[in-house]
Amino acid sequence: MRLRALKVAHSFGGLEALGPIDLVVESGERLAVVGPSGCGKSTLLAILGGLLRPSRGRVLLEGEPPPGSLVPVAYVFQDFALLPWRSVAGNVALPIEGRLPRREVHARVEQALARTGLADFARRYPRELSGGMRQRVGIARALVVDPGVLLLDEPLSALDAQTRELLLEEVLALTRGATLVWVTHHLDEAVRVADRVILLSARPGRIRAELAVPIPLEEREQPKAAVELARLKAELWALLREDARRAVVEAST
Amino acid sequence: MSAREVPFRGGGFAPRQLRGAGLATAAVVLVAWESLSRAGLVSPFALPAPSRVFSALFEMARSGELAAHLQASVGRLAGGWAIGLATGVTAGLAIGISSLARSVGLPLVAALFPIPKIALLPLLILWLGIGEAPKLATIALGTFFPVALATASGVDQIPKSLVRMAQSFDLSRWAILRTVILPGALPGILAGARISSSIALVLLTAAEMIGAEYGVGALVLQAGHLMRVDRLLAGVVLLSLLGVAIGAALGALERRLLAWR
Repeated sequence: MRLRALKVAHSFGGLEALGPIDLVVESGERLAVVGPSGCGKSTLLAILGGLLRPSRGRVLLEGEPPPGSLVPVAYVFQDFALLPWRSVAGNVALPIEGRLPRREVHARVEQALARTGLADFARRYPRELSGGMRQRVGIARALVVDPGVLLLDEPLSALDAQTRELLLEEVLALTRGATLVWVTHHLDEAVRVADRVILLSARPGRIRAELAVPIPLEEREQPKAAVELARLKAELWALLREDARRAVVEAST
Repeated sequence: MSAREVPFRGGGFAPRQLRGAGLATAAVVLVAWESLSRAGLVSPFALPAPSRVFSALFEMARSGELAAHLQASVGRLAGGWAIGLATGVTAGLAIGISSLARSVGLPLVAALFPIPKIALLPLLILWLGIGEAPKLATIALGTFFPVALATASGVDQIPKSLVRMAQSFDLSRWAILRTVILPGALPGILAGARISSSIALVLLTAAEMIGAEYGVGALVLQAGHLMRVDRLLAGVVLLSLLGVAIGAALGALERRLLAWR
């Protein structure tokens, strides 16, 4: 499925927060969105996902969702957004229960848990899990609906560095072939997960630069890719640095 | 440089419950009371010995009087409390999710909550006639307000991100209410049930003192008129046991329903 944002802009209480932004995410494309803090990355994602009504502009979803898809656009949240009163299996079942026969719900949940390494944790509750395991639940819950587009809002930012590294590799494997928009403030994350990175300016966030990552996804984790990825990251940082510095100063005044 | 041990400055401010201390305290009080009475230091008319209170209780149990009083009280309490809980939870959920209900309901609840509901009993008798209805209504009213407020604040405490998450998966409003709002508000609802249970017990006793033939409140009042302090205290013990039983039942319910916390 293809996601298209037309002159999308947002303001909070008269304060211009975002845009206007024009953006197309092609079917099967992996797009990362980076920018200084407060530039409206997450606001843009919420608008793309229909969770926030933009002040101006609109968002179009084009094409047919994959067969068997239950929700065209699924979301992965920074804070996991798990229901603490439901077990792991219950959380993953949430978006599909009532939409499919019971037996099918069970089968799909089991499959999603197996894919995300959660099979042995099906009956655990979120509070019993580490941050990394909780986000696995969040990812399993998004994958269980077979979405046409996957939106990830800082999916690894609440995790410690090592867990982030491990989960990044897993998410890459799990989302191969997916159409996705991945918001992050980690530049290394952006160049490793995306085909294309867009860089937003400081508030109001507009597209300042666009960068293609010309390395096939399956070669990104190989040592020979490291130099090129580091170069891309440095390029992004050079573009971002001044805005990031200003965002820090502004936030403290 | 001279060396000295770093003095320990932590510790304390973390009281724990000593096992058996509660029961031991109760035993000491009862034994002291009993001995003072037997020694003739306390007038049996003013404060009969615990053994006399328990024998009064036993006697009433044998004659079937106890069952009649308890049945009347428990029936009123359960009926009034159930009505107040059901309406209070409904109103609280509405206040928690709807702007209209919040704008209209919250000031109304805040204004009516402080009224001592027993003051409305005469009015309710005028409206509903004497009999069970005004007693049930008094208890229901006393239950409604704290439950509505506690439920609404329970809904307020649900992280908005959970609602957004449910919406991101296209869950219907009804499904969100059932899977996110209601379970999320449950800690608040149970807190409301706990607060209102003691209010309901107070109102039950008061209502039964104002106009009832049977009921523990009536028993206590009648015993007072007859200067039968042993029966009076037996009624007080019954009320206390009733309160403790409700508290224990709610505690068990909380442990079961809120095991996820």
